[in-house]
Amino acid sequence: MRPWETDLLLRVQHLTMRFGGVVAVDDVSFEVGRQDITALIGPNGAGKTTVFNCITGFYKPSEGMMKLTHPDGQSFNLEQLDDHDINSHARVARTFQNIRLFPGMTVLENLMVAQHNVLTRASGLPTGAVLGFGIFATVGALLHIGGFARAEREAVDYARYWLDRVDLLRRADVPAGELPYGEQRKLEIARAMCTRPLLLCLDEPAAGLNARESDGLNELLLSIRAEEGIALLLIEHDMSVVMRISDHIVVLDYGKQIADGPREEVRNDPRVIAAYLGVSDEEVAEVEREVRP
Amino acid sequence: MIPLSEPGKSFGQRLKSALADAIIAGWIAFFLFSLLLGVRTVDKVTGLTLAPRPGLLAIAVGIVVFGRLLLNLFVWQAEHPITTPFAKLFTSKQFERRDLIVLGSVAFVSTLVFIIASIVHAAGFQLVAACLLAFLGIGTIRRVIVYFFPNLPYARIFTIGGIAFAILFPLVSYLLEKAFHLGLPLRYLFDLSILVLTYVMLGWGLNIVVGLAGLLDLGYVAFYAVGAYVFALLATHFGLGFWMCLPVAGIAAALWGVILGFPVLRLRGDYLAIVTLAFGEIVRIILINWTPVTNGPNGISDIPKPTFFGLPFSAQASPNFASFFGLKYDPLQGIIFLYYVILGLALVTNLVTIRLRRLPIGRAWEAMREDEIACRSLGINTTITKLTAFATGALFGGLAGSFFATRQGFISPESFTFIESAIILAIVVLGGMGSQLGVAIAAIVMVGGFEALRHTAGLQSVFGEGFDPALYRMLLFGVAMVGIMVWRPRGIVGSRSPTIVVHDVKPIPKNLVEEARA
Repeated sequence: MRPWETDLLLRVQHLTMRFGGVVAVDDVSFEVGRQDITALIGPNGAGKTTVFNCITGFYKPSEGMMKLTHPDGQSFNLEQLDDHDINSHARVARTFQNIRLFPGMTVLENLMVAQHNVLTRASGLPTGAVLGFGIFATVGALLHIGGFARAEREAVDYARYWLDRVDLLRRADVPAGELPYGEQRKLEIARAMCTRPLLLCLDEPAAGLNARESDGLNELLLSIRAEEGIALLLIEHDMSVVMRISDHIVVLDYGKQIADGPREEVRNDPRVIAAYLGVSDEEVAEVEREVRP
Repeated sequence: MIPLSEPGKSFGQRLKSALADAIIAGWIAFFLFSLLLGVRTVDKVTGLTLAPRPGLLAIAVGIVVFGRLLLNLFVWQAEHPITTPFAKLFTSKQFERRDLIVLGSVAFVSTLVFIIASIVHAAGFQLVAACLLAFLGIGTIRRVIVYFFPNLPYARIFTIGGIAFAILFPLVSYLLEKAFHLGLPLRYLFDLSILVLTYVMLGWGLNIVVGLAGLLDLGYVAFYAVGAYVFALLATHFGLGFWMCLPVAGIAAALWGVILGFPVLRLRGDYLAIVTLAFGEIVRIILINWTPVTNGPNGISDIPKPTFFGLPFSAQASPNFASFFGLKYDPLQGIIFLYYVILGLALVTNLVTIRLRRLPIGRAWEAMREDEIACRSLGINTTITKLTAFATGALFGGLAGSFFATRQGFISPESFTFIESAIILAIVVLGGMGSQLGVAIAAIVMVGGFEALRHTAGLQSVFGEGFDPALYRMLLFGVAMVGIMVWRPRGIVGSRSPTIVVHDVKPIPKNLVEEARA
C-alpha cells in the first residue's frame, strides 16, 4: 500500500485520449492523495497537459474513469461533468501553462470573478430574475443591500487574504496585464485558490521564473498544502521544484505511463532516466547534477 | 526612392528627400486622377466621347505635390513640427517659447483674416478663420482649466452636467420660448434630441453585448424591430396602451435574444458577426413577407401615443393633458413628454448597466470578453453568461423599439435595415467599447451632428447655393470614422474603470482590455 492510497482524493483509471489516429494519452492510471503534492512529469509532448485537460474537463477523454471523492464522501465522475461544473461542484481548480488572466481587469477584479458562484448565489441572479426564486435577493443585489452586500464584503476580504498571501495586496487595483510575469503567475494561483478548491492543478507553475522566484513558488505551494489542506497536482519541467516539494511523481512518455511512485523511487528508475533524461552521457550527467544537488 | 529623413539631417538633405517624396506622390496622384478627374464622358451626336480636363487634373496634382512638400518640410521632417504647439493645447506638456509664438501669430492672423473677410463678405475665409479661432479657443480654455484645477473629476462633472442639461433643456427652452417668443425651431430641436436619445439608448443596449461581453453583434436592429412590432401589433389588435406593452415588448425582444443566443454559443469574432447579421436580415424579411400579421411592406399605422398616467396629449381627446392641468393646448407638450419618456428609458438602461457591471454577472461578462477559457476554469457557466448578455442587450433594444413605434405612429420593415445595425455598432465602437460616457458622446456626434448638417446655411454661403451638405453626409461620416480610428483607435473614451477597488480608482488604459473582434 503506497502512502497516498490510504486517503484518496482522485483516482484516474485507464485514461485514454485519442485525437483522430493520434493516441495522446494511452491507458494512464494513477491516484492523487488528499493533501499530497503529486507531480506529473515527462518530456515535451508526453501528454501531460492532455491529462490535465481531461481532469479539468476541457477535453472529454476517449476512455477511462476519473473519480474524485470529497471528504464528506460525495464523489464525482469527472469525465461526465462540464468544465465549469468540475470547478464549481467537484472543486477542482487549475492554472494554465500560458498564463490566462483577465488582463484588462484589476488584480482584485480577477479574484472577484473567481468567486462568481459564491456571489451569484448571494445575488439570486440569474435564476432569481428568471424563475422568480430569490427575487428579493436580486433586488437587494441591484440596490447593493442585504445579503449580497455582505457576501461581496466577504468575497473582498477573501480576495485580500489571498492577495496578502501572494504579496500582491498593494497592487490590488493595478490591471492584471500590467503585472510582471512572476507576479502574474502568483496571481493566477491566488485566483484559482479563490474558487475554494480541494484539488489545485498547476500547469508548469515555475515556467519562466528565475531561481529566487521559483524558491518563493515552492514555499507558496508548500504553505497552501499545509494551511489549506488541499491536494496539488502539478506539471513541471523544473526539477528543482519537482524534487523538492512533490510527495509522489507520475512519469509519462509518449502518452504512456512509465513510472509512478515516491520521488526517491522515480529518481532512480532507469526507465525514467532513459526516457525523460535522454540517453546521451553528457545530458545524463548534466541532469544527474541537477537532480542530486 | 529616397527614404524620409531621420532627425539630424542637414537642410539640404531634407529638402532633397522632401522634393523627391513630393514628386513621387505627384506621379501617383497623376495616374490616379488622370481617369477620375482628367477626363469626363460627354454625350455627343457621334456617341459618347471623352473630353479632357487638364486644368482640373493639374490643380489636383498640384495640391498633392505642394501639400506633400509642405507637410514634409514643416511637419514630418521638421525638427520642430508646426503641429506640435496645437497638439500641446490638448495635452499637459510644457509650452516652449517657440510654441507660444506660433500659437500667438496664428491667433493674430486668423483674427485679422476673420475681420477683413467679414468686411468684404468672403464667407470661405471667414469660415476657415472662425474654425481656427474656435480650435485655438477651446484648446486654450482646456489648458487654463486644467492648469488651475488639475485634479477635478472631469468625467464625473461632464456626466452630471450632461444629464442635468438633458433634463432641463426641453423645459427651459420651452418656457423661454413661451415667455420671450425667441423664434427657436423647438419642434425640430425636440425631434432631433428624441432621435439622438433613441440612439444613445440603443448604443447603451448594444454596449452590453459588444462592449462588456465582447460578442460582436451585427444584427442588433432585429431586437429593435421585434420590440417595435410587438408593441404595434398589441396596440392595433388588442387596443393595449404603450405603458402596458412596453415591458411585454422588452421581454419578447429578450426572448428573441435567447433564441439567437442558443445557436451561436460556440461562435466568436467573425463567425458570430456573420450569424448575427443573418439573423437581423431574417427578422426583416419575415416582417416583409408575413403579410397577414405584419401587413408586409405597407407596415402598421395608427400606433397610439403614450399617455401621461392615462391622460392623452391629442387635441381631440377629452380630458387631455392640457385641459386636465388647465393649460393651453400645444402640440409641443406631447413631444416634450416623448422626450422625457426616451430620456427616462435611456437613463434606466444606463443605470442598470452600471449596476450590472458591479454584479457577478457583469464581471463574468467582462471576464468572458477577456478570456473565455479562463472563465470556464473558474466555474463560470459561459453558456448562461452569453445568453444573459444577449437577452439583456435585446431587452433594451426592444424597449427602444417600442418607443420608436409609438413616436413614429407608423412602422414598416424599411426602418429596420442593416444600416441601422451598422450605425449603432459604429456608435459603440467610436465611443469606446464598454464606456457609457463615450457611447453617449458618439451617439450625439454621429446622429445629432450629421443630422444637423442637413440644415446648415453657413456651408452653402461658402460653397455656393447649389451645395447641399446632406449629399456629403456619408462622406463626412466616413472621414470622421477614419479620423477617430487613426487618432483614438480605442474610441473616444479609451479607458475602462474598475468595478471594485481596495485603494483608489484609476482608469485602465484600453490597450490592456480585450475587445470584440472581427
